[in-house]
Amino acid sequence: MKRFFPILSILTAILLAYALYQALVVVPTDALQGDVYRIIYYHVPSAWTAFLLFLINFVASIIYLIRRSPKVDIVALVCAEVGVVFCTVVLVTGPIWARPVWGIWWAPGDIRLTSTLVLWLIYVSYLVLRRFSTSAQTQVLAAALAVFGALDVPLVYFSIWFFRTQHPQPVIGGGGSMDPRMLRVLLINWLAFLCFAFLVCWSRYRLEVLHREVDQAHALESLAGAGMAEKASLPLSRSAP
Amino acid sequence: MNAIKFLFAAYIATWVIHAFYLGTLVRRFSRLREQLRELGKK
Repeated sequence: MKRFFPILSILTAILLAYALYQALVVVPTDALQGDVYRIIYYHVPSAWTAFLLFLINFVASIIYLIRRSPKVDIVALVCAEVGVVFCTVVLVTGPIWARPVWGIWWAPGDIRLTSTLVLWLIYVSYLVLRRFSTSAQTQVLAAALAVFGALDVPLVYFSIWFFRTQHPQPVIGGGGSMDPRMLRVLLINWLAFLCFAFLVCWSRYRLEVLHREVDQAHALESLAGAGMAEKASLPLSRSAP
Repeated sequence: MNAIKFLFAAYIATWVIHAFYLGTLVRRFSRLREQLRELGKK
């Protein structure tokens, strides 16, 4: 796995550069919006990646509630954290795109925008809970929060179908038509961002494992100081909040 | 021409956010390695 990481990093960097070149240079300009529509190639793949990560977080949280597996708990944490980063990108690039096209940075009360902001806040709360709670039940509480938080993902996605909103219809499955060349570049960018997200998640997973090992070593050291080292047998799941 | 500014602002903002997050990961990695080294010395 360690040898695979640098190879995948190089391939991802090449893919991201290729996707950027396609998005900025190759793909034709939109007849209505002009060049600013090219924000779609970062905005939409970031949203899809965030949704996917929140979905994995949801599944991992359910599995954790059933099996209490520490590895699954780490997967849930990692996906939530990286998902929040991608959701932040969506919330930042959205208004930057909206300003020249709609004439406003944000449409107050718009269901798509508001539900996306709520989604971001739910997962930020999840991370804050995991970071600052000292309860022994933190992981269970966080998993329960994640299960309910994930209910907002379909609301965000389908809100533009069921409610009147300023946000355009989805590019796939929304009844709209997109130039096949534009769609191809959109999918290339999504693939590039998926590879990038995978690498970041992998790094964050290793970081969390290392973090729990350090916590466990600190706990063992404290017990050794108290002359209890022989009795100490701390499972990984109890070592970190 | 003005719209181009928004396009580049969005692309730059995206990579600034990712770079900031990667920076926090690197910082946390180095802090943990330091703690592991200290534990090893003891």
